[in-house]
Amino acid sequence: MRSETLIPRIGVVTDIRQDTPDVKTFRVVGTDGNKLFEHIPGQCAMLSIPGVGEGMFSITSSPTNREFMEFSIKKCGCLTSWLHMMDVGQQITVRGPYGNGFPVESDFKGKNLLFIAGGIGLAPLRSVINYVRDNRANYGSVQIIYGSRSMDDLVDYKEIIDEWMKDDGIEVNLTIDREQEGWDGHVGFVPNYVKELNPDVSKTVVMCGPPIMIKFTLAGLKELGFIETQVFTTMELRMKCAIGKCGRCNIGNKYVCKDGPVFRFDQLDLLPNEY
Amino acid sequence: MFRLPVSKMDEFFGAIAAAQTLYLPADGKDGKASYVKWESGIALSKALNTVRSAKDFFFPQTTNLCDFNVNGKNIEIIDNRTESEDFVVFGVRACDARSFTILDKVFLAEPVDSYYATRREHGTVITMACTAPEENCFCNVFGIDAANPEGDAACWLTENYLYINPITEKGRKFIETVKGLLEECDSAEVDAQKAATKEILDRLPFANVNTDYFRKNTLLDIFNSDKWAKLSESCLACGTCTFVCPTCQCYDIKDYDTGHGVKRYRTWDSCMYSDFTKMAAANSRTTQLQRFRQRFMHKLVYFPDNNEGEFGCVGCGRCLSRCPISMNIIKVIKNFGEEE
Amino acid sequence: MQEQTVKRALELLADGTVNRVLGWKTGEFAYDTTPAVFTSAEEVEKSFIYNDFCGPNLSKYLIKESRKEGKILVFLKPCDTYSFNQLCKEHRLIRENIYVIGVPCTGKVSAEKIKSSGIKGITGMESDGENVTVHTLYGDSTVKKSDAMGAKCSTCKSKKHVAFDELIGEDGEVNNDNARFEMVEKLEAMSADERYEFWRGELSKCIRCNACRNVCPACSCENCVFDNPESGIQQRAAVNSFEENMFHLIRAFHVAGRCTDCGECSRVCPQNIPLHLLNRKYIKDINEFYGDYQAGADLDTRPPLNAYTFDDCEPSIVYKKGGNE
Repeated sequence: MRSETLIPRIGVVTDIRQDTPDVKTFRVVGTDGNKLFEHIPGQCAMLSIPGVGEGMFSITSSPTNREFMEFSIKKCGCLTSWLHMMDVGQQITVRGPYGNGFPVESDFKGKNLLFIAGGIGLAPLRSVINYVRDNRANYGSVQIIYGSRSMDDLVDYKEIIDEWMKDDGIEVNLTIDREQEGWDGHVGFVPNYVKELNPDVSKTVVMCGPPIMIKFTLAGLKELGFIETQVFTTMELRMKCAIGKCGRCNIGNKYVCKDGPVFRFDQLDLLPNEY
Repeated sequence: MFRLPVSKMDEFFGAIAAAQTLYLPADGKDGKASYVKWESGIALSKALNTVRSAKDFFFPQTTNLCDFNVNGKNIEIIDNRTESEDFVVFGVRACDARSFTILDKVFLAEPVDSYYATRREHGTVITMACTAPEENCFCNVFGIDAANPEGDAACWLTENYLYINPITEKGRKFIETVKGLLEECDSAEVDAQKAATKEILDRLPFANVNTDYFRKNTLLDIFNSDKWAKLSESCLACGTCTFVCPTCQCYDIKDYDTGHGVKRYRTWDSCMYSDFTKMAAANSRTTQLQRFRQRFMHKLVYFPDNNEGEFGCVGCGRCLSRCPISMNIIKVIKNFGEEE
Repeated sequence: MQEQTVKRALELLADGTVNRVLGWKTGEFAYDTTPAVFTSAEEVEKSFIYNDFCGPNLSKYLIKESRKEGKILVFLKPCDTYSFNQLCKEHRLIRENIYVIGVPCTGKVSAEKIKSSGIKGITGMESDGENVTVHTLYGDSTVKKSDAMGAKCSTCKSKKHVAFDELIGEDGEVNNDNARFEMVEKLEAMSADERYEFWRGELSKCIRCNACRNVCPACSCENCVFDNPESGIQQRAAVNSFEENMFHLIRAFHVAGRCTDCGECSRVCPQNIPLHLLNRKYIKDINEFYGDYQAGADLDTRPPLNAYTFDDCEPSIVYKKGGNE
């Protein structure tokens, strides 16, 4: 019998971190205690609880982590609510990796990188950011502009403060939507903050966040002189098979699960606006 | 080329069925043809085609992908796949035969779908040439010759003989298993039938329907056309066209908790359905216009874009005869073509 | 008929009574008409059609259309007006946004029925009310119209319009003398096993395309129970025979007392399942248990399943009436 990607493998949840009130990060390994498979930053995996459902999630840990994979998941539907109820030791099913991932070994190499994220949108970028940190010599400067509704909604806040901000050559700019006690950082929406910071147009941009943020940030970047070919994003659509067959995530002549989820904005310009 | 007297058809089917399961179109109580497992006494339908397409043999309405046992925090995955048994599908028309090669491009592309692949490997497709195409037929628009079908072996039924010609290795192997009943012959009678059928095919109402519009215009120009609003206006949002279509292959994966284990199923799904793209937080296609457009764009633009220009339609005409409101791919193609 | 309908459509569009017309649009072969909304005189003149091939019931489209800007003209056949009334009764239509013209109907021709009689390759049809001349790729033939009508029309229950703003032609009469319960009686006479066998044979053909539900004027829920993602059975094809059966039984129960017997479910079924028989069984039962009732016949009568009277039969009568005791 040939191998079948639709038949998953078993993963064990070995650690659960409450990141924000509605985001948890799950650490997953195989039943033998080892990492289930290798991936490229930006790739995804199908996680499932049999009887509840299966869904596509971005692998938020870096491939440079040899021990485990992590998934930062926001509670918003049936499956994610179930995942949020899990305790350590729970088994889930995992299949993957799926999708193209970010071009960390080609387009990004040697470039100054600008990461822009909003809310849970940091999750897929975390994989790339840590990959770049672990292969620092291959990339130029790194700037991270990240915003969320409030201080509590900043995903991976501890890692940002304790690790990213302490790295040489990484500039982190955080912002929250509204004033909050205990916050002395920037207040305001991501698109405006990007314009204020006026990043150098030589940078390659990697962006992920809610559609409205993407829309205004992209417009802002264009005003600053950025062009679509230097801006990358990663998309989320309903998926079932994750291998470009079931038809759900088909937009134009692309399947987001297989041809994406990472696209450059000039590529998206050629597709119908159905995402 | 081989042949067999029509009087020996039963014996012929019997010989095939002795070696492997044989499916062929037979008439049901309602007078409509559908594929059934052949048993002694079942006659080959005289209908032009089956109501449902032949895709069921390789991509059935439901497939059990795997099972799970859930016990506390532990999960056991049960891979209950079995190798398909050998089977023969007899009497497949040229349009449906082509649909298999279209489905192959989806299911046999890496990563190969093992459920489809095993059925495909173990299934032998014996096609039957058409002699009396109907008004809804337009396979010739897609370069299919109804008088000379593809498949592992092709048949032609004349008044006195069933002619059969192997095409693939699998077809030749099939011929070997029934060789005792066959005699070698020339193709004179078949050639005459082909010529007669061609004469009819050439005067079919849709013989000259022009698909150039979908080749000449860009994906976004076609997508953004204001014609979709009118075309989709009375669409009922049912899945009839999708489910009778031999090339529609979208599917859903669902878990079913039986109370003593979870079964994971794949079932046909339809892009015409309102929840097809619905996620917990958003839905990327909220109107029937969008969903209707997706189906036709997929067949006429997206699929060809990814498959060297081959359209995702074989002109079998099922959607034409089955759509509850008689809106169909021909009306879409013609409506866009009118602009030319 | 065609001339009069077009004339009135053009007049009402021209004098501003309505801004749109809901009717039937010509197809490729005379028999494949499509429901359509016409917004201009040009469109009406180009492709509006009303003849013996206009089977689709337009009432349900009014749920959506009557919520749009302006008044819409709709042409309704007698049986369609029952659906229309029923939808009004259920507050699904905004009546003041609709102008109804009742059009006479002598039964609609079903291409399916003609094809099943062995006539193939139909390229055109004409009906003179008595006979249907069928043009095919293989020559012409003539069929008696009474032999060319689908199940929907061969047991017509009424030629009378029960709702309209104006009528074209003479109104007809309710036809109580139809044989619409004949097959139901045959099924009732079967043993439970035979009946189960019959329905399994039919329902096993179901491909869960939802055409029956989506066309049904009684199925007007904004969100169907079968579309509930939590139900585990939403929309896509059934995974087993239990689902196949239950979909149709639940649906039939849900429309019981509201189904006008318009027959659209069976007309549209791509697998030729006689779904209307389920509904007719409930109609027959309701008639027998609670007295004759025709859904959609008027706007006022309380539906028997929503009304309680001291004369109502006891639930146990269900067992007496043929259930397995």
